[in-house]
Amino acid sequence: MARRQRPSRTLLGFFVGLAITYGLVALAGTWTPTLGLDLQGGTRITLIAEGEPSEDNLVEASQIIDQRVNGSGVSEAEVTTQGNQFVVVEIPGETQRDLVETVKRQAQLRFRVVACTSFDTRCGAPTAPADPTEEPTEQVPGAGVTVVPSEEATGSETPANRAPLGFSEKKNGKKNGTPTEEPSAEVTEEPTEEPSAEPSEPAQPAGGDYGDPLVWMDNPDPASIQAFQDYECPPQGEVALVEDDPDKPLVTCDDEGVKYLLSVAMIEGTELSSADAGIPQQQVDWIVSLDFDGSGTDTFTTISRALVGTEKQFAIVLDGQVLSAPTMDALITNGQAQISGNFTEQTATSLATSLKFGALPIAFEPDPQVETVGPSLAGNQLSAGLLAGGVGLLLVMIYCLFYYRGLGLVVLASLVVAGGATYAMVLLLSETANFTLSLPGIAGLIVAVGITADSFVVFFERIRDEMRDGKSMPVAVEAGWARARNTCVAADTVSLLAAVVLYIFAAGVVKGFAFALGLSTLIDLVVFFWFTHPMVSWLAKYPFFNRGHRLSGLSAETLGVESITLRTPVGGRV
Amino acid sequence: MGRFSRLGNELYTGKKSIDFIGRRWLWYAMSAVIVVICVFGLGSKGLDYGIEFTGGAEYKVTLPSSQVNQDTADEVRAAVADSGVDDASSPVVTTSGQEQILIQTPPLSGDESQVIGDAILETTGASADDLSQTELGASWGQEIAKRSLIGLAVFLVLVVLFIWAYFREWKMSVAAIVALAHDVLITIGVYALSGFEVTPATVTGLLTILGFSLYDTVVVFDKVRENTRNLREMKMGYAEAANLAVNQTLVRSINTSIVALLPVGAILYVGAFQLGSGSLKDLALALFVGMAAGLYSSVFIATPLLAHMKSGETAVQQAERRAKARQRAMADRYHAVPAFPSGTPAGDERPAPSAADEPAEPSPARAEAAGKGRVAPSAHGPVAPSRASGRNQPSRKPRSKRGQK
Repeated sequence: MARRQRPSRTLLGFFVGLAITYGLVALAGTWTPTLGLDLQGGTRITLIAEGEPSEDNLVEASQIIDQRVNGSGVSEAEVTTQGNQFVVVEIPGETQRDLVETVKRQAQLRFRVVACTSFDTRCGAPTAPADPTEEPTEQVPGAGVTVVPSEEATGSETPANRAPLGFSEKKNGKKNGTPTEEPSAEVTEEPTEEPSAEPSEPAQPAGGDYGDPLVWMDNPDPASIQAFQDYECPPQGEVALVEDDPDKPLVTCDDEGVKYLLSVAMIEGTELSSADAGIPQQQVDWIVSLDFDGSGTDTFTTISRALVGTEKQFAIVLDGQVLSAPTMDALITNGQAQISGNFTEQTATSLATSLKFGALPIAFEPDPQVETVGPSLAGNQLSAGLLAGGVGLLLVMIYCLFYYRGLGLVVLASLVVAGGATYAMVLLLSETANFTLSLPGIAGLIVAVGITADSFVVFFERIRDEMRDGKSMPVAVEAGWARARNTCVAADTVSLLAAVVLYIFAAGVVKGFAFALGLSTLIDLVVFFWFTHPMVSWLAKYPFFNRGHRLSGLSAETLGVESITLRTPVGGRV
Repeated sequence: MGRFSRLGNELYTGKKSIDFIGRRWLWYAMSAVIVVICVFGLGSKGLDYGIEFTGGAEYKVTLPSSQVNQDTADEVRAAVADSGVDDASSPVVTTSGQEQILIQTPPLSGDESQVIGDAILETTGASADDLSQTELGASWGQEIAKRSLIGLAVFLVLVVLFIWAYFREWKMSVAAIVALAHDVLITIGVYALSGFEVTPATVTGLLTILGFSLYDTVVVFDKVRENTRNLREMKMGYAEAANLAVNQTLVRSINTSIVALLPVGAILYVGAFQLGSGSLKDLALALFVGMAAGLYSSVFIATPLLAHMKSGETAVQQAERRAKARQRAMADRYHAVPAFPSGTPAGDERPAPSAADEPAEPSPARAEAAGKGRVAPSAHGPVAPSRASGRNQPSRKPRSKRGQK
């Protein structure tokens, strides 16, 4: 008797579990799953990392790209890493071509000379830094950045907020050390250059030839100055968004809100052959050493000659943002320079990586995958996917009803319950684990209908086999269950194994498919164990089934036996 | 339906039996022919890789179905060819599904892509929302292929281990893997021969087939194992038992495959006819072909192969011999019973059995067991374990021990 009680109790437990799941969904408050790009419309850009980047680097790269994309005014863009090689940028909604360029663009590292900054008056009245509360008001921008022999811990005394930087010649022992404390105090640079703002200035035609940047820096054209004066630095912590055109002067800021007017690019990041962070011998401070290639060395020598001994700075610009603007204290002709300052290991390494790879700590292959799905196609795909799902489910149900008759109702109920559970899980997962339902995902769910229904087929065939052996239905259900259970668990394990392996090793949309397949296989097991089996056991109590009604699917005729055993004799076997 | 069920019953009891195992050479040969054709097709025609593998740009423009016809496609082709982009001078333009025109070109730069996109929109009069585009470098597809191969290798190893652990039988692993390779080869061959495009979705489908094919095989093997669990006490040999297992699961296999193929067929239909080309179609097509091959292979390849491999084992051979002896004996059960023609007077003198009826020579005398005075026949095979099912059986101590504590 106690045995009879169990099925209904299990069923009850199952429904309570389902209700709790839906309760959680209700708490989360969303009743529609997050749709993937292919169902919603949008742009997906997949960048493929070259070589074998470490996971940290990949994550860092994705964060930088995230900043870049979201900085450009798109807020819902999502940047994720996949596997150990992909960075996927997903931008839902309108298709946006320009964003593709933003993401695709390799980080641009350039060396420019500084014409003026918000701290000097060369370009008219000095403007206050963006954040007046900020201490560096009295600093020379790029404070403490001087050309010092490498041995010196330059700029360590400067009260700068960020690591003051200094340039020094690499492996030169001679100390021509102008220690860095040529401080930051006040703007040494007189507006000796006539405040070039005046229009009389024989300005170069706008957008045209700016001449030698080293000449230009002392005498910027009025259009540039105007641009400089008009420009407002973004609030601190945000990235300045400027177009970094190597052939034009650049107005931009560093991350402390100091504004710069910079010349056209003089050295491209590609001319830098290496950059490393390290502690030189007999020193304690971190430095970043640079190594230019042939043409870079030449240009750098020229810059070095022009700038050495002056307060003039040059700037290292990354993606339009000034990384640092050091002055030149020593003449560097061998293309090997060191940036020193208040570096910690972390900041030095980060600057070195930035210099080496552009903004990204890893290099990406030049041709990323770009997919744009127009909302029309997305709508079509969604409706097609749903239609396919509906039709597939219906066909399976009809077949099962036709073949298993009464038992087919159990299949029907199980599929409905499994569908309900799957939907709840999809909702929960899209809330908690950022699962998005994509077209392959829908396909996975539909394919899984087959797997789910198959468990029932195995189970029912077993029951029928047991009944053919002469057992009564209640006994046959239990005996068939014991056997079908093992088969199903084994088969589902294989299926799950396939899904997991697919999920781990596949990339892109395939993941969605694998996930959906794995999820529904698991749900199949849950439903099979805690719904279908108790349900059938429970139904076995009713004469409709255990007496083999013509429509029960278990009649003598369908089983192909003479008669149905109504009570299994003691001992089980006949 | 009733007839199908009755067939199921007859297959179950063994009343009706399809000889899967016995005719294995026929199935092997059939599969070999199919596989050879597939490999040949693969070698001669090769696979038609989609742009995901070759690199390129693909545009899909969604239009009202009245506009999707060859004329529009031709117009678009002309417009794209005249757009001034050199790489796109000979685009591939086709209609796809009911509401789509598909344009494929070699890889383009962002600006060029913009030009083409505008040209397409202008020609068709569609809005920007209707245009979808994919630009792919060849490296993407290669990456997918590489990862899929790694995944495949890992999966195979795991499955071999799993089946071996579950069935405790490495031969089952081997048979399952052979069946798997068979399915995958056939699927690839169908792709090569039919010229269907191979895309990452196809690869996904292929990997899913692995799971499905094994699923089927596991179910059949489970029954085989059940039927052959107690080989020593069985009335039939391994091959026969395995054959019965296949027959018993045949109805299930057919049902399963129908149930699994129905949704896939739905996806295939919707994918191919409504959406035209796309991941849905590719996926469903690979699944459809693979599942069909999977059904075939689990029944016709995996089990016969398993029986084939097992036939070398001593226990199996013994069972086989026993089964054969029993069969011979059962052919004429009463053949050893002496026949008395009616009317024979009852009496002591029986007619001497004729030489043909009985083995004439008595079995050669066995060596006397030394000193014991009785002759134990040598065993034909290992002795079956007790049927006592763990219950205590009455035992009798040897006489020398009786009465003593």
